[in-house]
Amino acid sequence: MAEVNELVKSLSQKHGKERGSLLPILQGITEIEKSLSAEIMIEVARELNISTAEVYGTASFYSFLDTEPRGEFIIRVCKTISCDMKGKRQIVKTLEDLLKIKVGETTHNKKFTLLETNCLGWCHKAPAMLINDEVYTDLDDNKVKKIIRKYRSK
Amino acid sequence: MPNDSLKRVDFIFDKDYNCKEVLYDAFKLTRDEIVEEIIKSGLRGRGGAGFYTGVKWKYAKEEQADEKVVICNADEGEPGTFKDRAILEEVPTKVLAGMALCAKVIGAKKGFIYLRGEYNYLKPKLEQEINKFTDILRSELNFDFTINIFSGAGAYVCGEETALLNSMEGLRGEPRNKPPYPTHFGLLGKPTVVNNVETLVYAVMVFKIGAENFKNIGIQGSSGSKLFSVSGDTPKSGIYELEFGMKVSDFVNEFGDGDAKAVQVGGASGFCVPRKSFDKTTIGYQGKLKGNSLPTGGSMMIFNSSRSMYNVLHNYLEFFVEESCGQCVPCRIGTSEYLENLLALSETMRLTSKCGLGQSVGNSFSSIVENFKEEMIY
Repeated sequence: MAEVNELVKSLSQKHGKERGSLLPILQGITEIEKSLSAEIMIEVARELNISTAEVYGTASFYSFLDTEPRGEFIIRVCKTISCDMKGKRQIVKTLEDLLKIKVGETTHNKKFTLLETNCLGWCHKAPAMLINDEVYTDLDDNKVKKIIRKYRSK
Repeated sequence: MPNDSLKRVDFIFDKDYNCKEVLYDAFKLTRDEIVEEIIKSGLRGRGGAGFYTGVKWKYAKEEQADEKVVICNADEGEPGTFKDRAILEEVPTKVLAGMALCAKVIGAKKGFIYLRGEYNYLKPKLEQEINKFTDILRSELNFDFTINIFSGAGAYVCGEETALLNSMEGLRGEPRNKPPYPTHFGLLGKPTVVNNVETLVYAVMVFKIGAENFKNIGIQGSSGSKLFSVSGDTPKSGIYELEFGMKVSDFVNEFGDGDAKAVQVGGASGFCVPRKSFDKTTIGYQGKLKGNSLPTGGSMMIFNSSRSMYNVLHNYLEFFVEESCGQCVPCRIGTSEYLENLLALSETMRLTSKCGLGQSVGNSFSSIVENFKEEMIY
C-alpha cells in the first residue's frame, strides 16, 4: 500500500492535482502496474480530491486503461477490416496456441495478456499488433513466433 | 482512356521546404492578413468534416479572452486511415509550424498535440522536434509558444473535437452539445482551435505557394490536394497525395487489383461505392454528403470480388458498438441494434445523435446494404 501511495504522489507532483491531470496520472500508473486496481483508483481519487466513481468512470471509458489485472506484456492484435482481411484470425490463433490462452486472458506467469483492439493505423501493412507501445506489422506465423520468443526471454 | 483526373502531387512529404522561412514571411503580415489568406485559399479541414480552416481561425481570433489554445488533433482512429502518423513521423516540423501560424492568428501561447495512445511510440522523437522548434520560434522569430503532447488512451470518439477536449480535461471522452463551439468555449472554457494534423501542414503550404496557387489545385469547393490512405485488396497499399476531384474509377484503375467490386471511402463512418458507381463518383467536398461527391478523411479501402460485403459491414458495426461513447440513446442502442438488420434505424440515428459518430454509423450500413443486398440475405 505504501508503494501505491508513493507512485500516486510522485505522479501528481509531476502532472499536478487538477482534474486535467487525471488521464496522465492513470496512464503513468498503467505504464508501471499494467492495470488499475481498486486500491490505486481510491488513492488517486483522494489525491485529486474527487470521488472514486469519477476516477473509475474515466478509467473504464478508455481501452488503454485497464481495470482488470494484466500481464507484463500486453498484446493487442488489430481486428479492424484491413487486418481482418489479411489474416488477423490466423495471427490470433497462433498467439493463442503459443501462449496457451484465449483472447482476453493472461498467462499464469503474468507475462502476457492477449487482447484484440480496433484500428491501429497500419492498414497498409496488415496484419498488425501492439506489444505495450511497440508496433509489429506485416505479421505471419513465423514472425509472431520469433517476436514471442524474444519477449519470453526478456 | 487517359487517367486525367488522378493527379499525383508531392507537397506534404516534400522535404525541400524551410518552415522557418515560410513562417518568417507569414509573420510579417498582420493577423488579419494571415487569416484572410487562409480563407482565400479555400482550405478545408482534412480530418474528414471539411470545415473551412480560415473561418475557424477567424472565429477564435475574434474571441476576447486572456488565454487561447491551439490543438493538433492526432487522434487518428478512423479505420483505414494512417496518414497523420506518417506526417508526424516524417515531417513533424511542418505540423508544428502550422500550429504556430494558428497561434499567431488567434493569439494563443499554448498548444497541444493530442496523440492517440496507439502512436505512443512516436512520442520521444516528437518531443525532441517540439523542443527544437519552439526554441527557434523564440530565438529567431521572437514568438513565445509552448507545445505539449497529450496522450490519448484508446478511444475512437476522442477524434471528435469536443470529446477530445473533455478527454484532456480528465473526463470521459464524451462529445459535448454544440453550440458552444470550441472556438468560443473550448479547453477549460478557453477559445480553442482544433485542427487535424494534415490541415495544419496545408495551412503552412498556403503561405509557401500562395493562396491563389493553392486554390488552383483540386476542384472548386475542394481546393488543394489530400493524402489518401490506401489499403485492402490492392497491390499498392500506402499513402498517396492526390488532387481533389478524382473519379473513383480512375482511382480503382490505378490502385485496384483488377477485380475491385467496391471502395469504402472515408472508413467505417464513410460510404461504400459499388462498381457500378465508380464512374459517377468523385472525391471532394463539392455537393452534399450523399450522392456523387464524397468527402473523406482519406481512408480508401478496396474490396475485390472474393470479399463478402456482409463480413465487411459486420466488422464495421462491431467497431461502432465498441466505440460508441454510450452517452446518447440513439447511438448507444442503435449501434447494437444495427447488427439486427434495421435500415430504418439509420435515419433516426443520423437525425438524432449528438455527434458525428452516431450520425455517420448509418453511412456504411445503408450504402452497403443498398448496394450488396444479395450478399446480405443469408
